[in-house]
Amino acid sequence: MRLTQGQFSFLPDLGDAEIKAQIDYALAQGWAIGIEFTDDPHPRNTYWTMWGTPMFDVKDPAGIMMEVTACRDAHADKYVKLLAFDATKGFETIRMSFIVNRPRDEPGFELLRSEGVGRRIGYALRSYATARPPAARYAARAGS
Amino acid sequence: MNEMAGSGITDLKQRYRPGVLKYRQMGYWDPDYEPKDTDILAVFRITPQDGVEPEEAAAAVAGESSTATWTVVWTDRLTDCEYYRARAYRLDPVPGTPGQWFAYIAYDLDLFEEGSIANLTASIIGNVFGFKPLKALRLEDMRIPAHYLKTFQGPATGIVVERERMNVYGRPLLGATMKPKLGLSGRNYGRVVYEALKGGLDFTKDDENINSQPFMHWRDRYLYCMEAVNKAMAETGEMKGTYLNVTAATMEDMYERAEFARDLGSVIVMIDLVIGYTAIQSMAKWARRNDMILHLHRAGHSTYTRQKNHGISFRVIAKWMRMAGVDHLHAGTVVGKLEGDPNVVRGYYDTCREIHVPRNLEHGIFFDQPWASLKKLMPVASGGIHAGQMHQLLNYLGEDVVLQFGGGTIGHPMGIAAGATANRVALETMVKARNEGRDIWREGPAILAQAARWCQPLRAALDTWRDVTFDYASTDSVDYVPTPTLAV
Repeated sequence: MRLTQGQFSFLPDLGDAEIKAQIDYALAQGWAIGIEFTDDPHPRNTYWTMWGTPMFDVKDPAGIMMEVTACRDAHADKYVKLLAFDATKGFETIRMSFIVNRPRDEPGFELLRSEGVGRRIGYALRSYATARPPAARYAARAGS
Repeated sequence: MNEMAGSGITDLKQRYRPGVLKYRQMGYWDPDYEPKDTDILAVFRITPQDGVEPEEAAAAVAGESSTATWTVVWTDRLTDCEYYRARAYRLDPVPGTPGQWFAYIAYDLDLFEEGSIANLTASIIGNVFGFKPLKALRLEDMRIPAHYLKTFQGPATGIVVERERMNVYGRPLLGATMKPKLGLSGRNYGRVVYEALKGGLDFTKDDENINSQPFMHWRDRYLYCMEAVNKAMAETGEMKGTYLNVTAATMEDMYERAEFARDLGSVIVMIDLVIGYTAIQSMAKWARRNDMILHLHRAGHSTYTRQKNHGISFRVIAKWMRMAGVDHLHAGTVVGKLEGDPNVVRGYYDTCREIHVPRNLEHGIFFDQPWASLKKLMPVASGGIHAGQMHQLLNYLGEDVVLQFGGGTIGHPMGIAAGATANRVALETMVKARNEGRDIWREGPAILAQAARWCQPLRAALDTWRDVTFDYASTDSVDYVPTPTLAV
């Protein structure tokens, strides 16, 4: 499956020039850019791992691209996304979010159903990617 | 009766002699009044009957929407009646429209119960609209002081939290209303929900008149819809929702339906405007208690918002709904099939989602309106829009909006999921192009055509709906000239 979280997942994957154009836009708005990565793309996994704190003081798009590249190199087989944080009153939230790296294989999710009273069904989504415990997942990657 | 032309009669013995006085003699016309920061202000468009002076008509509106009745009553003298009297304080002729005036009226804060739209509206639009000396009356706008706003909950969730819950940033959200509106069984209905969500929409929606009819009872619909929502989430990895309409005959029924939706894991429920202001406020409090997004369909509003000379402007309804506490409100598309002048719609959108709305007569906004940190309400654009208009929609409506393509998703020649994909691709393409600094207003069609080269569903959508426009004269535009003749 193709994970379609983020602003541009229905488009062909963005190239570096396209990513940089979006960075330019975010910086022009005065937003701070952060980079996060994960191997667990569950839609309710709010807190991906931060690749450092949001770059509040980096105004140079080339500097941010270097961090994007470094994170992608270090986590080539994980999801990496770029976020823009807006500190303006009335927002104080994320204003942009798009994926800049995907694993080669996106295994997707299993939909678990548990039958309850009446015809009620309790639903749960399980990431196939996180089927094994973290230590095993990360050890395997480190060795590969 | 004294026919003096001035405002109030100052001799109290004269003033309270039994009989009938003109409203302005009773003190409801006061051109020297300086509104207080705490006053609630209203501007009405008045059309007096022939022979009725506009000052008297304005005073009558102030009187009938506050303390007055048709005759003098001595019991006024038991109260501090000067304090409770609303005052018409300004009168401007409507530009280019002889026989109509904008009458500004100030109401003291103490005339209203805290946190109650029902009480506010019982005064402001209570008796006065049927008043015989007026041919027609329209409530154009209101200024709600921060002191009064702070007695209201405001949107249960708000735009910021809705986005954080849905994990959608940097683009409008996408939705679709399920069609046909009536007749589908629960199973067939859920199929439409599933296909549309899987294809790329964030939300699907019950229509306003889907409640619990013989062809599909509400529990059946909710159960099939939640299967569809969860299945689509598993296949895309995205948060999804479907607005389950909980509109019903009684509050007890609505609570029962809302609780069932909550228990099934829905993130959103919906209600119709026709349930009434008190029911809307009750559901908004329920939604806040239950971490639920509350969608409001404005069913019925056009009966009183559409004609310029009589009724209530929708910008006032939008204001009341933000106070009442809904999270979504249908607020027009500009380009779609339903009424919507661009400037007027802009006024509605600002009212929904700005933290301070400055006076802007071009947009129909008569007063500065601070929002006192009440959350922002997500406007919804729905009705006759399609992927080929994406550049216009983004330009007119901006980013914090739910774009709902009902027919424009379900009527797609390649199927519902393809229709959803076409809309999502068109949207992402347009946002990306805008961020890249391209002039989407001019280049929009070319940008879409370029994406359609690699996206067949978008190509089919553009081919099907390319020439569909709804280009009719608006019945509700603003009457405004850059320098109003009698502006103070």
